[in-house]
Amino acid sequence: MSWFSKLIPSVRTTTNGSSKKVPEGVWTKCPQCDGVLYRPELERNQEVCPKCNHHFRIGARDRLKALLDGEKFVEIGADIEPVDILKFKDTKKYKDRLSTAQKNTGEKDALVVLRGDMRGIPVVACAFEYRFIGGSMGRVVGTKFVKAAQAALEHRQPLICFSASGGARMQEALISLFQMAKTSAVLNKLHRGGLPFISVLTDPTMGGVSASLAMLGDVIIAEPKALIGFAGPRVIEQTVRQVLPEGFQRSEFLLENGAIDMIIDRRDMADKLAHLLAKLTRAPLPLSNKGVVSSQEQDSAGS
Amino acid sequence: MKHNFLDFEQPIAELEAKIDELRLVGNDGEINISDEIKRLEQKSRDLTKSIFANLNPWKITQLARHPMRPFTLDYIQRIFTDFDELKGDRHMMDDKAIVGGIARLDGQPVMIIGHQKGRKTKEKVVRNFGMPQPEGYRKALRMMQLAERFKLPIITFIDTPGAYPGIEAEERNQSEAIARNLYEMSNLRTPIICLVIGEGGSGGALALGVGDKVMMLQYSIYSVISPEGCASILWKSAEKASEAAQALGLYAQNLYKLKLIDQVIEEPLGGAHRDNDEMASRIKQALLDNLTQLQSMSLDELLAAREKRLLSYGDAA
Repeated sequence: MSWFSKLIPSVRTTTNGSSKKVPEGVWTKCPQCDGVLYRPELERNQEVCPKCNHHFRIGARDRLKALLDGEKFVEIGADIEPVDILKFKDTKKYKDRLSTAQKNTGEKDALVVLRGDMRGIPVVACAFEYRFIGGSMGRVVGTKFVKAAQAALEHRQPLICFSASGGARMQEALISLFQMAKTSAVLNKLHRGGLPFISVLTDPTMGGVSASLAMLGDVIIAEPKALIGFAGPRVIEQTVRQVLPEGFQRSEFLLENGAIDMIIDRRDMADKLAHLLAKLTRAPLPLSNKGVVSSQEQDSAGS
Repeated sequence: MKHNFLDFEQPIAELEAKIDELRLVGNDGEINISDEIKRLEQKSRDLTKSIFANLNPWKITQLARHPMRPFTLDYIQRIFTDFDELKGDRHMMDDKAIVGGIARLDGQPVMIIGHQKGRKTKEKVVRNFGMPQPEGYRKALRMMQLAERFKLPIITFIDTPGAYPGIEAEERNQSEAIARNLYEMSNLRTPIICLVIGEGGSGGALALGVGDKVMMLQYSIYSVISPEGCASILWKSAEKASEAAQALGLYAQNLYKLKLIDQVIEEPLGGAHRDNDEMASRIKQALLDNLTQLQSMSLDELLAAREKRLLSYGDAA
């Protein structure tokens, strides 16, 4: 990949929606505090607004690279390509949606799986790429997740997954629905193998992804203010004909209702995951962080 | 009217009305009316055959949701004996959108679990239109684990528009309830046979749909999203439901071709609701055949085969 094509995905991450009016590439507007942010600084800060801690969506590969130590990782299932089995066509052909998404993200589908070290602890880590058709789960996502769990079993390493998904991919119809059964089944197998699975829910985690792998973590963590739920807010509003309560289906709401264990700032995520896993697997204490900014903007390795 | 005809069945409805009229006139005149009735009945059957030979996915969707279509309890009553209904999730409530209990299939004890819709308004409300809350799935799981402990095979009947999309359902973690069932069913140590009898609506259907055999009735549907929901998202108009149904390919024959389901059970002419007893007896036969096959395997073989099948979902299509 050239330096330029590497740059494109991360640029696009934050140039959607309301931030469109800000000149592309250099400045990004924070949708929460309206602060105008210098892109390189935002990237250094793992796409978290330094002023108000708003968590921007982050690309799958950027996220995993920030999580893992150095460049020593192995990608799993990189060669698996989506196939338009049903020749699905709505207002656009699925085939065309796929190639557009591939061009825009540089990914073959919506899940990236890497095996590497995190603060010195070997892990298999997956992340959904939300910009790939809304991070939707079709056959490739399901298959790659299975491969991730199988790699975890083979190498006796914990599994981590960052979900960011609108749910099952409609264009793969029942095939995508059945990926829910597939990913849940492999997690059962992972658990029988005695390995932990930590599920990290990021904005958004909805529908078929929420109702399968994402809610099956031994420990479930969410990023602040992520939208998480089964049915979409609009569908619920239409069904119950009620205004939804403030903060409905946000991370804090889920924590209050007992659905998740904790809410962790993205900048502290690797440390927190490493400390959790070290306890669960009786591994040696994790290494301290590698100089990235923490939420306190100071040393948080001891927390 | 005997049947409650759908729009596309109108020509059949008119013919049937004519037959009913003739029957009322009876045999008081000189003309032999019974011959005429016989002729019209034959014509009605032929017409039904020709209409039902060319059903598009949207028409099949309407049949799958037909108000007169037999529901889970209609089948339980006809297929099984000695049914004892079990209730409640032991934490919160008894969700009446899911029913279940222990019964006998041809003498053999089995656990039955299914979505339950209502026919009249009041019953529909009690059953929440067949849309379970998380507690429905948790009740189902409790019954499945009971079945596992006492080595009862599990038979599920799937018939739901989907899991209930409500505020309380989200508060009590609908996602987790569904996910938990998928997770547990993948390794439950007893045979599981799943049958879609009407609407197989998304995750709410799949939460009773993980097993060793997945079957569908001929005019049932199974889909990741309702055609209306799909149309409003992808076409930005719920009016395009018919196109969406086509694109989703949600009907039994197609899903069989894609190797996503194992068997299609043929329905009586005009659909299951035209002959509940006949439909029930065909289901019973299919259940017995499949159960015999599954019970000839050891539990370890059964679970290995189930795992293999689940982990390769979509790869065979």
